[in-house]
This record gives sequence, structure tokens and C-alpha cells, in this order.
Amino acid sequence: MKTKNQLALAPWVFTIGFFALWELLCHVLKISSFILPAPSTILHAVWEYRSQLAYHAMHTLWMTLAGFGLAVGFGLLLGMVLGSSRLINAGSYPLLVGFNSIPKVAVVPILVFWFGVGWVPPVMTAFLISFFPIVVNVATGISTVEPEMEDVLRALGASKRDIVFKVGLPRAMPYFFGSLKVAITLAYVGSVIGEQNASNVGIGNLLTRASAAFEVPLVWAALVVLAVLGVVMYAITAYAERSMTGWAQRSQMAA
Amino acid sequence: MKPFVDIHDVTHVYARAEDGLPAVRNLNLKVNEGEFAAIVGPSGCGKSTLMKLATGLQFPREGSVIVDGRQVGAPVKLAGMAFQNPTMLPWRTTLANILLPLEIVEPHRSRLRRHKAEYVAKAESLLAQVGLKGQGDKFPWQLSGGMQQRASLCRALIHEPKLLMLDEPFGALDSFTREELWCVMRDLHAAQKVTIILVTHDLREAAFLADRIFCMSARPGRIVAERAVEFPRPRELEITYSPEFSVLVHELRGHIAQARKAA
Repeated sequence: MKTKNQLALAPWVFTIGFFALWELLCHVLKISSFILPAPSTILHAVWEYRSQLAYHAMHTLWMTLAGFGLAVGFGLLLGMVLGSSRLINAGSYPLLVGFNSIPKVAVVPILVFWFGVGWVPPVMTAFLISFFPIVVNVATGISTVEPEMEDVLRALGASKRDIVFKVGLPRAMPYFFGSLKVAITLAYVGSVIGEQNASNVGIGNLLTRASAAFEVPLVWAALVVLAVLGVVMYAITAYAERSMTGWAQRSQMAA
Repeated sequence: MKPFVDIHDVTHVYARAEDGLPAVRNLNLKVNEGEFAAIVGPSGCGKSTLMKLATGLQFPREGSVIVDGRQVGAPVKLAGMAFQNPTMLPWRTTLANILLPLEIVEPHRSRLRRHKAEYVAKAESLLAQVGLKGQGDKFPWQLSGGMQQRASLCRALIHEPKLLMLDEPFGALDSFTREELWCVMRDLHAAQKVTIILVTHDLREAAFLADRIFCMSARPGRIVAERAVEFPRPRELEITYSPEFSVLVHELRGHIAQARKAA
């Protein structure tokens, strides 16, 4: 019981300790707030710019969720196709890997040619950067169905589709939710990159303008907001994972 | 009497076999309706291939496979299968696992939703028959290996198959559990009148359960000996300690030893 309490407290102690140390170092070493503002200065800036930050943060949140939603839908579909057909899997893999290895910043200019500056490039960037892990994980989950299970069902006259929906897809769920945690963080990176380069609103855009104007505290305040938003989105996906695939998390290792 | 399963002069080569060597060659096997047949042989003799041929998961390169009077050209749909690995789906309760075949096979597939209670009652009664009364709400991973295997037998029987294929179903169990399940299997066969083909390494298991035992040779597999088992039914576990039983097992062992040497 005692170690359990300690484990529950540890994240708070470490986080608060980290910021306390930071604050202390800034004051003791007299670091200029232009180089590294103290947490208290940043907090002050967050408060000062709160309405501006909230407005842009909401925009970024929307862009991220829209891109992420597209990635989930598309990733599930493509993952199912790749997982159930060895031919399509083998054929499209080089293309997928090649596409995935392009840094998505490089794609933003093309998105601007196509869609202009606005909400589309951030959403598209978020989508493009985050669908790959979902595809790979869903495909893996489906293609690794036990051959005996497949035999049992095929002997009963089950179609490929039956097997994918009855066994493959539920079986892929732990992989899928695992990949969502990766995908949401990637989508977030994508939407911020998109906003920095091709949007007039959003935290990414705010960052670009603040840094151009050397408004250092605002830059840091925007960073903090990004971090908090990211943690919240991650926590929501992690919660969804736990509640949807409890059957897969019965091992002592996870407890 | 016409055989229920008739495998006639079958040679089968897997498309993916690297050496192009057939898994079975000139295989002949006839099993009558309602009969309990056991197939024993050295490992890698193509017993699993035989299972796949009889259920229509593979089609023979040469020869013919006839099940229930019809040439097999597609999965037969009237077979239930159980393997050494119980392959229960961990996200479904035991009961939902047992009902799975009904979601696939007609006419149950289209009836399942409206007649759910009837099917659940049937699954419950099967569970009771294998000694798992009231365990249907548990998840398979909350059951022991032996209990999972019992549940897997229920799943193989829920759609009232005419043919039950068992591929070393008790291979991974300890010997006490195994003997318990032999009795479960014996009683199920007596109650359901289903034709059973049991593939096994265990000669005592074959001798205790089967009406007829077929010995297979090493790869490429074919039947080298066929032996009727005359012990009257219902059989008690005690017979496995009788001298006649030992003689039978010893004789079977001789066939297998020869088959291994020939390889």
C-alpha cells in the first residue's frame, strides 16, 4: 500500500520539483528572461495573453482532431485492406514506407499550392503525418490471426470478410489503440507545422508571429499551452485504450 | 453401408512446399457415419493435411474426397473442428465463443438474433455436458487449459456438425485432465451420434476412444494399417489397464515403429 501511494505521488513530486529547480536556477544564476524565462514569468505571460492563447489553442485543437479523425478512418480502412490481402500488402508497402519517410514539413508548400492558406493545410498535414502508424498496426493485428482459428471458421464456410470482422478486427484493437497514442501526438505536431507555415490562426501561427517580434515570454507561454494540450489529448486516448481493450491488459507486467 | 468420409487414392502437394514432396500419397480412408475413427502416426506424417482435405480447406492434387455423398470442392460447412490449442477469442466470454460458429454457418446465421435464447440454452446444456456448468460468463483466460479445451469442444459441436475433426485436442494437457476429457469425449460421441475423426499421437487415447484406428506412414503419408477396436461400449477407464488393451497398444506401437524406420 505504501509503495502504491508513493507511485501515485511520484509524478506530482517530480513535475513540481522540475519547475521549482528551474525557477531557482533562473534566479540564482540571474539568467536573462530573453534566454530562459523563469516558470513564474511564463505563467504570468500565459495569464496576460490568456484570451489570445485560448482562441489559438482551440483552433489548433480543432485542426489536430480533424486531421486525427481522418487518419483514424483512413488508417482503419487501409489497415483492413492490407491486413487481409497479402498481395496488396506486399505491393503497396514500398510506396507507403517511401511516403512516410518524407518529412511532412516538405509537403506543406504543396498543400498551399493546392488549397491556399487556411484551415486545410494544417488538417491535411496532421492527417498525413499520423495515419501511417494506424495502418501498420491494424494490418499487423489482422494478418496475425491464428491459422487454427482461421481454419475453424473457414471450415464452416466463413468468407474472408467474416474472418476480418469477427476475428481480425477485434484482435487488432489493442494494436489500434496503441497506435492511436502515437498518432495523436504526431497529428498534433502536424497541425502545428501546418499552422506555422500556412495559416493565419492557431498556436503554430502565434508562435511564428511571436518569435518574429521577439516576444519571448509569449513564445514560451505558447509552448506551455502546447505541452498541456498535448498531454490532455494523450491522456484521453490512453483512457480510451484502457476502457476499450481491457481484455488485452490482464498481464501482471501492465499492472 | 456407404462411407460418410471417403478419401480415395489421394495425393496432395502443398503449393508452398519447397521440396515439392507430397504431404500424402495414395491415401485411402473410409469412415462410416457415426463412427469414431482415430488416426495415429509418426510426427509430420500428414495427419493435419488429412484433416484439411476432409474439411475442404485443401483440395487434393490427385484422387477424390467425398464427404456425405458429395465431392468436396469447397469448405464442407458440416464440420466442427478442435485443435491442440483451444484458440478461444479473449475478448468474448466463453459462451460468446461457443456461439461463434452460429454467426457464420447457415441456417443459424440468419436465425441467431431472433432465437438467441434458444441457442444460449443449447450452449449452456453443452457446457453442462462437458462439466463446465455455469462457467459461460467467464472469459476464456479465466479458465484453466483443460477447461478451455472443454469449451473448445462445445464450440466445435454447437452447430450440430455431422463430422467432428479433432487434431490432437488433448495433447497439451496433463495426463489426469486428459483422461477426464477422454470420458467427456466418449459421452459426447454416445449422445450426439456424430462422426468423429481424431488425429493423435497418443496410442492409448486412440485405443480407448476409437471404433477403428488407422496408422499412417511417415511423409508422404498413407495408411499402412487399419485395426478395429472391439471393446464394447460404454467403455470405462479401467479397460485401459486390461491385458487386451495393452496388447492392442503394443501392436499399434509396432506399426508406428515400422513406419518411422521406413522413413
